[in-house]
Amino acid sequence: MSAIEVKNVTVVYGSGTPFEKKALDNVSIDFGSDRVVGIIGHTGSGKSTLAMLLNGLGKPTEGTVLLDGEDIWARPKEISKVRFKVGLVFQYPEYQLFEDSVYKDIAFGPKNMGMEGEALDKAVRDAASFCGLDDETLEKSPFELSGGQRRRTAIAGVAAMSPSVLVLDEPAAGLDPAGREEIIGGLLEMRKRQGSTMLIISHSMEDIAKYSDYIVVLDKGRVHMQGKPEEIFKDAERLFEASLDLPQVTKLFVELCKRALAENTDVYTVEYGIKKLTAMLEARKKS
Amino acid sequence: MLKDITLGQFFPGDSILHRTDPRFKVLILLVFIVAVIAAKSAFAFLAVGVLTVTLVAVSHIPVRIVLKNLKALIFILIFTGILNIFFYQGENVVFEWKFITVYREGLIYAAFMVLRLVCLVCGSFVLLTYTTSPLDMTDALESLLSPLKKIKLPVHEFAMMLTIALRFIPTLVEETDKIMSAQKARGADMESGGLLKRAKALIPILIPLFVSSFRRADELAEAMECRCYHGGEGRTRMKVMKCRVSDWVFLIIMLGICVGVFFVNGYGVRV
Repeated sequence: MSAIEVKNVTVVYGSGTPFEKKALDNVSIDFGSDRVVGIIGHTGSGKSTLAMLLNGLGKPTEGTVLLDGEDIWARPKEISKVRFKVGLVFQYPEYQLFEDSVYKDIAFGPKNMGMEGEALDKAVRDAASFCGLDDETLEKSPFELSGGQRRRTAIAGVAAMSPSVLVLDEPAAGLDPAGREEIIGGLLEMRKRQGSTMLIISHSMEDIAKYSDYIVVLDKGRVHMQGKPEEIFKDAERLFEASLDLPQVTKLFVELCKRALAENTDVYTVEYGIKKLTAMLEARKKS
Repeated sequence: MLKDITLGQFFPGDSILHRTDPRFKVLILLVFIVAVIAAKSAFAFLAVGVLTVTLVAVSHIPVRIVLKNLKALIFILIFTGILNIFFYQGENVVFEWKFITVYREGLIYAAFMVLRLVCLVCGSFVLLTYTTSPLDMTDALESLLSPLKKIKLPVHEFAMMLTIALRFIPTLVEETDKIMSAQKARGADMESGGLLKRAKALIPILIPLFVSSFRRADELAEAMECRCYHGGEGRTRMKVMKCRVSDWVFLIIMLGICVGVFFVNGYGVRV
């Protein structure tokens, strides 16, 4: 149960050269604990830079990253401990696999943490099952798997370290709908059981709306909006400013409202949308 | 960290050297190298030195950058100097202590040698690497080597390989950076431990790097085939290299200086 927070963080790349670029500009976000936070933003809005800050792979030019109220850079030599607490899954993580079996690859992270014997075996098998990998796959070489299975292996490799904060950078990019559902669903279940915090970075509004308890919208290195999903999607205009869009199902309800067919637009997931639509149709039938 | 590596080092600009036809630059560089190596006397070195300084000045490359490059070679320069001072056999002894004898000729020879290296490095940097984009360079090589096609040497393929290799260096650096970050996020420790441990720590980086390089090569080959690439035969270029009068003038001046160097080799202090 770790709470992670960034305070007044600024990151400047290539300072002093003509290529100087402010990737993050005075960003303060309290990600809280035991919840799913969605981070959304247009390309180049600083999402990935933010992710690298959280586990100490990147260092803020200014400001602090607080893990349980402590500055993670207070003792730079112990930064690897922070990396064990804050797991980070990169974009397209399937390219980081290197061992000769899936099992060994998933065990790489936990082993680095000093886990061994039964605890290691349990961590690996738990993470694998949550990510939808069966025992047979565990013995295979990661290079003979399909792209989706490789992605699962890579995500399981980080999940096996049972971090108290798990940051996923575009976990579902390039996967088919069933695959993304399965991977994220499994991780959510794992998160619930461990009570950890999960940060999902994505530019798919649908995914963010579906899974998040809290949403942060980034635009050009600044926090554009942050709040509960209903607060965010209420203000469609502001979302458009950040070149983002509403989830499709919400758009549908906005249009229905315009035609006086629905009363409100607080619909962000397809399931809820279907429920609402059926209720509306039933009500019509009766009247 | 890895992003600091500069390769190719092309410095965009609009100086005379930038505008010279890359094929001529390669030829001019060859002549320049001959002149520098042929120089044997003080006068010849004076000429070569002035020539190098002129080239640097004309290239509009900041002197700071050129010096930075020399700094990287400082070890080799000092090493060459010391070796020549102590191991050159001459007649006029300057200094003698036990088994070490330093001759006057040795000192002069060492100075000439260091000067020669400095001129070679500075000259070839401003003539070619700094002022020619890597693509122009491989095009020039292909064009200059094209007579070798007569004896069935795959000149175009060779140039294409060079171009592709240069093109993928930055990509590879970026990829390495990414994989390193990913493995660090999984707790890989690359900074501590003995030699063996560090070498072992490279495995999680090298294997994914190799795998993705092969994948990339495959994809590139496929993409090239899809666009009907079939080698150099009948291939036309978007940028056709054209030599102008000024290129010829430049080359002739350079040849003149080279001949001049041979001529003044007989004058001044020499070894």
